[in-house]
Amino acid sequence: MSITKPSLATLAGLAVLLAGVSVVMIFFVAPEDADQGLSQKIFYVHVPIALTAYAAFGLGAWKALRLLLTRGERYDLESYTGIHQGTIFGALTLITGSIWAKASWGVWWTWSSNQLVLFLVLFLFYCAYFMLRFSIEPGPRRERISAVYALFGVALIPVSFLAIRLASDFIHPTVFTREGPQMTGEMFAAFCCSWAAITLLAYVMYRTELAGKRTDLNLRALREALAR
Amino acid sequence: MTDYLADVAALARKDLRLELRARDTLPAMVLFVVATLVVFHFALPGGAGDDAAYGLLWVALVFTSLLGLGRAWAPETEAGALDGLVLAVSDRSTIWLGKTLAALAFLGAPQLVALPAFALFFAPLDGPALAGVALASIGLCAVGSLVSAMAAAARGREVLLPLLFLPLAIPLVVGGVGSSISPDPGTYLAFLGLYDAVFAILSWAAFEYVVTE
Repeated sequence: MSITKPSLATLAGLAVLLAGVSVVMIFFVAPEDADQGLSQKIFYVHVPIALTAYAAFGLGAWKALRLLLTRGERYDLESYTGIHQGTIFGALTLITGSIWAKASWGVWWTWSSNQLVLFLVLFLFYCAYFMLRFSIEPGPRRERISAVYALFGVALIPVSFLAIRLASDFIHPTVFTREGPQMTGEMFAAFCCSWAAITLLAYVMYRTELAGKRTDLNLRALREALAR
Repeated sequence: MTDYLADVAALARKDLRLELRARDTLPAMVLFVVATLVVFHFALPGGAGDDAAYGLLWVALVFTSLLGLGRAWAPETEAGALDGLVLAVSDRSTIWLGKTLAALAFLGAPQLVALPAFALFFAPLDGPALAGVALASIGLCAVGSLVSAMAAAARGREVLLPLLFLPLAIPLVVGGVGSSISPDPGTYLAFLGLYDAVFAILSWAAFEYVVTE
């Protein structure tokens, strides 16, 4: 263990600590929103989760690109784990967004929230990634095909975003206004703290899953070697 | 450069010739798109208006392209001809480009029937709507021939292809419907052009990794 790379346990402890601090900040430091009241608090969880999901998809695509360029086998598992975490956080974004929509607009789903629609499209896209991955025999071919599909994902994010913005012109002629007032200093601090906590949590989950998957692979290789 | 184009032309010609001899995809696509339009007539409520019909035209076009793409790599995967092709060509992306051009021709034929039929049954199509169809077809075929090559390497490819393809086709449907019904179709046509450029370049660059062992 070196000083530059803290252990997983330390990081996990730090993530829990940060999450605790953010809960305190969200409920006791940040002022209540004048329009939405208590329900606005979910903003401090929903938006960081969404940003984390993007980051995880980006990480997955970056590792996929590294795989294609360097043919390093280990990037396959890293890319897969990144996308897996992204899908988990994407599902959480849909759930928290849905709860927020219910609290502030009275409906569980609204097509006028571009962010929610984008996450639905991405969720479908990345679910198909898992279907693709698990229907190809393990090997270099699967690694490369998964990597190419993961790269399509990062191109799809901005293109879909643009498409959904354009579509809302003819599906919903009225422009939806986001919450009016700007964030106060305390609100912003609470938001940043929560964002840091969730990003760190995602990173810890990513490292844990990766370690588990690697152990699994090593174990299988050992078993095969012993059986021979 | 001329070698590259000669390979592309030879590959596209091969697909067209195979189809002209066997005729197992094109008649199916034409019948499918007409049958879909008839189904839509009964699915649309009486006073639904033209806008809803334009939306359904795009559903019909996307699913028809899906039908063609499902068969696109059948000649190559049967008898392992793809390995031979990969070894034979000067550059592997020519296989993708040839397949995309052939897929465009395959999609064009049912459209030649479907668009007049749509104008006859439902609502008139103007210039921007036709331009939208042309631009979206390029995107559908460019992405579709790559994604169907991925699906061809997997088990259960018929089930997998729509799952891989539809999320990628959503922006094309947005652009296509927008160019048919919007009073300002230029934005949507520009968006379709952008989509075609981004995904064609990406597919062209990435195809090599999909087919090499």
